[in-house]
Amino acid sequence: MTPVATPFFFYLLSGIMLIGGILVITRKNPVHSALALIVTLLAQASIYLMLYAPFVAGVQIILYAGGIMVLFLFVIMLVSIDRSMKERQFNSQWVAGLVAATALGGLFIGVYTKGTSIFPEHAPSVVADNNTQEVAKLLYGQYMFAFEIASLLLLVAIIGAVVMAKKRI
Amino acid sequence: MGQIVQYIESYLNTKGLTPGYAGNMFWVVVYIMLVFAGLSVAVIAMNWLERKILAHMQVRLGPMRVGPHGLLQPIADAIKLLLKEDIMPAEADGLVFWMAPLIVVLAAFTVFVVVPFGPEHAITDMNIGILFMLGVSSLSVLGIVMAGWASNSHYPLIGALRSSAQMVSYEVAMGLAVVSAILMTSLNATGTGTLSMIGIVQAQLAQGEWFIFKFFPLGLIAFFIFAVAMVAETNRAPFDLAEAESELTAGFHTEYSGFRWSLFFLAEYSAMIAVSSIAVTLWLGGWLRPFPNLLSGTPWNQIFSLVPGVTFLFFAAICFYNTARMPKHPLFRVQTIGLAGFGAVLGLVGLILFIPPVSMRVQDIFWFSAKVAGFMYLYIWYRGTFPRYRFDQLMQMGWKVLLPMGLGVLLCTGAVGLRSEIWNQVLVPLWQRL
Repeated sequence: MTPVATPFFFYLLSGIMLIGGILVITRKNPVHSALALIVTLLAQASIYLMLYAPFVAGVQIILYAGGIMVLFLFVIMLVSIDRSMKERQFNSQWVAGLVAATALGGLFIGVYTKGTSIFPEHAPSVVADNNTQEVAKLLYGQYMFAFEIASLLLLVAIIGAVVMAKKRI
Repeated sequence: MGQIVQYIESYLNTKGLTPGYAGNMFWVVVYIMLVFAGLSVAVIAMNWLERKILAHMQVRLGPMRVGPHGLLQPIADAIKLLLKEDIMPAEADGLVFWMAPLIVVLAAFTVFVVVPFGPEHAITDMNIGILFMLGVSSLSVLGIVMAGWASNSHYPLIGALRSSAQMVSYEVAMGLAVVSAILMTSLNATGTGTLSMIGIVQAQLAQGEWFIFKFFPLGLIAFFIFAVAMVAETNRAPFDLAEAESELTAGFHTEYSGFRWSLFFLAEYSAMIAVSSIAVTLWLGGWLRPFPNLLSGTPWNQIFSLVPGVTFLFFAAICFYNTARMPKHPLFRVQTIGLAGFGAVLGLVGLILFIPPVSMRVQDIFWFSAKVAGFMYLYIWYRGTFPRYRFDQLMQMGWKVLLPMGLGVLLCTGAVGLRSEIWNQVLVPLWQRL
């Protein structure tokens, strides 16, 4: 099936992502922030779908929206909302913020102006039909070493968490 | 006008494609309507069956007053729920309270986009089918957590915490069981493995074996892990700690009433149907009839195509038998006529199912629904049989029993699969050449 109204959906989803992102930092109630973050992540998953990467989109939904954000909410719900509502929301390190924002903005503008020469003109033709199989071939073939290193890193993190959380093992 | 008709007809010429895959919007909408209607009817039927079967298990009669044998009870319940006042606690977080049931219902219904009722009877087929189902159904945890938190009350909050902890931990074991079934799809040179729901069933057809019997007992153990985890995932007895009445009144939906509560109810039952259809697709051969390879050929195909009609005639016969047993008192006349009418409708459906073109078309849907219905009966049976687990026992079971079992089954499936692949692909051809 040929894609329909691609620009419309792209701007719609990016708009949702931006609004969600802004809400994350402006809401005083942390639960509302977390919910806005979930909206952002789901919109991001949809953008992955538009890029013919259904596998990445599915993993994004399972891991972020379904797993990590639930644990986030889990923790936030146990925090006393009344106290956190009274806390100051923004810190005043505006110098560092300005530097970071300028650097990121400069990067964006640079990519936007020079983009046509840096990136290939057309996206490589990926078929959505066997996206999962192609990802698997890359992960377990060409990028096997990096993949294993990453999983080892995660294992270390898990063991570290257990060691820190348990007094007696 | 002619163009529209042509567009509608163009799908009918594409044999063996789901409407979503063929990209035909009209048939996609028709299929979505059909699935939605079928699901609503299934939830209503399930509501009645659960009350009736539980009652009979406890040597009670169950609903008997509204309609013959309480057949109209679900409709009466629905009307009551719609007419009830919809209360929102004053201190509740309005927006979140309002959104929670919607998210739960959306998650529960969206998964049916990829459920394969037949090779062509699915709304669409996705490359990431099973991943999509697991992902979207895991979103329903969010709704539950939101409902519990937004109610601004202690019981719902504890219920939501319990249910989210439970769902997150059983999802791990569930995922491992699913992966070991997906590993099996790539065996016997049926091509690369697949996550597509239709592809998984076709792999079982190609390998001539349901995955529950594959590498006995590995497939069976994986199925067992999934069957336990899916009960925990849907928060049903004996894992219904999230709504343990004796401790938490009604758990996360204590503060909900009326229509919003009925949305939770709807979502719970359709989520049960959804996870059952995952189990049916992965291990029980989806829409395949029993023994599609062993008992193939014309006589067997025809015998099995009679089964849907015979089943409905059997139900009709039960109705007529009970009509005859109705009390002869004039007060029961309307009920007797009603039951006879219901039996006549069932019998008519059964007779329609005997017409060859119809039976060829709906056979796969029938087998799929029959298997799912078996799981639905199991759910009720569990609820009538098992006492509720304690929360620490539940967590222990999830993390210390099911998770290691799942890992072990996954490793063993990989090893045995590799061995059989080497045997079939390398050693057998070598031996034949010698």
